[in-house]
Amino acid sequence: MARAASPRRKLITTLAAWTVALIIFFPVLWMILTSFKTEASAVAMPPQFLSADWTLENYVEVWGRSAYPRFFWNSVVIAVGSTLLGLVIAIPAAWAMAFVPGKRTKDLLMWMLSTKMMPAVAVMIPIYLLFLRFGLLDTRIGLVLVLMLMNLPIIIWMLYTYFKEIPAEILEAARMDGASLWNEILYVLTPMAVPGIASTMLLNIILAWNEAFWTITLTTTRAAPLSAFIASFSAPQGLFYAKLSAASAMAILPILILGWFSQKQLVRGLTFGAVK
Amino acid sequence: MTVTFRALLGASVAFTLTGAALAETTITVATVNNGDMIRMQGLMDDFYAKHPDIKVEWVTLEENVLRQNVTTDIATGGGQYDVLTIGTYEVPIWGKQGWLASLNDLPADYDVDDLLPAIRGGLTVDGTLYASPFYGESSMVMYRTDLMQAAGMEMPEAPTWADIETAAAAMHNPDAGVYGVCLRGKAGWGENTAFITAMSNSFGARWFDENWVPQFDQPEWKATLDFYLNLMNSYGPPGASNNGFNENLTLFNQGKCGMWIDATVAASFVTGKDSTVADSVGFALAPDNGLGKRGNWLWAWSLAIPASSQKQDAAKAFINWATNKDYLALVAEKEGWANVPPGTRTSLYANEDYAKVPFAKMTIDSINTADPNNPSVKPVPYVGVQFVAIPEFQGMGTTVGEIFSAALAGQKTADQALAEAQAAVTEEMKASGYIE
Repeated sequence: MARAASPRRKLITTLAAWTVALIIFFPVLWMILTSFKTEASAVAMPPQFLSADWTLENYVEVWGRSAYPRFFWNSVVIAVGSTLLGLVIAIPAAWAMAFVPGKRTKDLLMWMLSTKMMPAVAVMIPIYLLFLRFGLLDTRIGLVLVLMLMNLPIIIWMLYTYFKEIPAEILEAARMDGASLWNEILYVLTPMAVPGIASTMLLNIILAWNEAFWTITLTTTRAAPLSAFIASFSAPQGLFYAKLSAASAMAILPILILGWFSQKQLVRGLTFGAVK
Repeated sequence: MTVTFRALLGASVAFTLTGAALAETTITVATVNNGDMIRMQGLMDDFYAKHPDIKVEWVTLEENVLRQNVTTDIATGGGQYDVLTIGTYEVPIWGKQGWLASLNDLPADYDVDDLLPAIRGGLTVDGTLYASPFYGESSMVMYRTDLMQAAGMEMPEAPTWADIETAAAAMHNPDAGVYGVCLRGKAGWGENTAFITAMSNSFGARWFDENWVPQFDQPEWKATLDFYLNLMNSYGPPGASNNGFNENLTLFNQGKCGMWIDATVAASFVTGKDSTVADSVGFALAPDNGLGKRGNWLWAWSLAIPASSQKQDAAKAFINWATNKDYLALVAEKEGWANVPPGTRTSLYANEDYAKVPFAKMTIDSINTADPNNPSVKPVPYVGVQFVAIPEFQGMGTTVGEIFSAALAGQKTADQALAEAQAAVTEEMKASGYIE
């Protein structure tokens, strides 16, 4: 039987949790504050807080200078599209690895994960040439494909972990009742794994939303997402921190809201299977 | 054939021909985020009025990302970009490699002979103009007139490095939060390496001798680095090894630098609305050491057309508009003379209205004293004042910048830094086949 935590211990734990959370969140908070300062105030030393010159001018300028809705829509299509396509491929793959593992399944899983360790820049030119050959440069479908491939190992690993928690007997029972393989995956396995699939989906949407290397390298105008939008506000000469902060705040706001409302699923997704 | 059918056929042909005539060409312009470029984007109505058949789409990226994307695209023949914003460093290299389209056939109203000779020379390879300058810059001394006056000093119009040291000592007052001089210390081929290389020219140093042998082991480099480190350690701000253009701009605008030696383009910032010292800034030529060369550089952000572009005619029409004399007049009319892109055309500096801009004269004088073909006192085998226009320089320049930045941070002595720089550059030059 679990021991009840003492009030003192609770207080210390709560304080520690808040401190860590504030430290982690501080850069984002500072960025949001900076986005409301003038350029001069944004770079003042010592840093200004209460004495800063507050303004909405940065948002007005950032909005006026760039087609934000187009960048936003591209981000939505690319992040959601790559995640859904990844799930379509990953669910059967994870099913096979979880319920009918072969001799080399573990090796295969490790190999898939190891591809994440390869620096993206190492395959930049081959990927660029492939995109050029197939007319995929600056297209949303091209980015959906590349981000799906990039995140597929994580999707498969997360789903594999979930599926391993589901008793194989349930699937066997479905088979005994005459369910085909397709029906077994679609009507038995998937509904049972909905929480896992949801958290995998959310995490991958966030990863795809935040991806900057491929999305900036493989796009110019039509398919450029919010990562390219942020990159356009960095200046080699001249002050730009406040405007860059405003652009960044506008870029992360949608995903921040999504993360806030789905934090329960996200935490569950990240910690599932960690403690048994 | 019935009359109705003929009429329909005729209408179809007419529609097709009209459609072709009105077909819009969309060009993609890759650029960096700076004030002049953003201003141009706001003036595009003028371009569209003159070229209703051309649509311009902008890709604005951080300088290094732009370089990487454009290089990848050109090297693979991607053709994603029709107009590039590139610097003086890339133009001779990319021009020689056949990556850029010739601009020798721009229309007569472009008036190529009006381009400033120093800038034009840097963008021309074997008689072919490969890029058209959008704005040009050199470097100069920006100083606080009020602090100089309080110290009872006057800055010469063409100071020596000894004058700079004396002025820095006079204005240095760390207790009041004022440091005598702010110079670039942040590592990078376009940051501290650019500054120190330009400075070294005035000390008679050079990156390579005529046979591409690295020269960091020569006394001229020792004199350069010793002076730089002593000046910064004595009169520079704390943490100067992290300061690049933007950091020093911030310090100067907040009144924390007595002097700042940097790009002429900074003049409009230090006298602008974000500066707390806008009314008390003076300008002087970059310093020399009496050897006939000043420590100023030469740079131009220019527009070029990648050879892979399929829309070269439309791209040339855009470049002609954006870098023409008429464009300068347009900016002056809409935004005032102080906002005209500087440093590209002789006619601009002959204009009486532009001559009233406080930093106009010093900018043109600085540009005119820089010579990319003969940057230093001794002969060199390369082109470039603050860089060496060979592909290997980006990597070497950054390595040397890191070594010098570490020396400024006190992590190594000047002698150690120069020995390391010599070793690193020698290794790279051997690997690249310049020397055995």
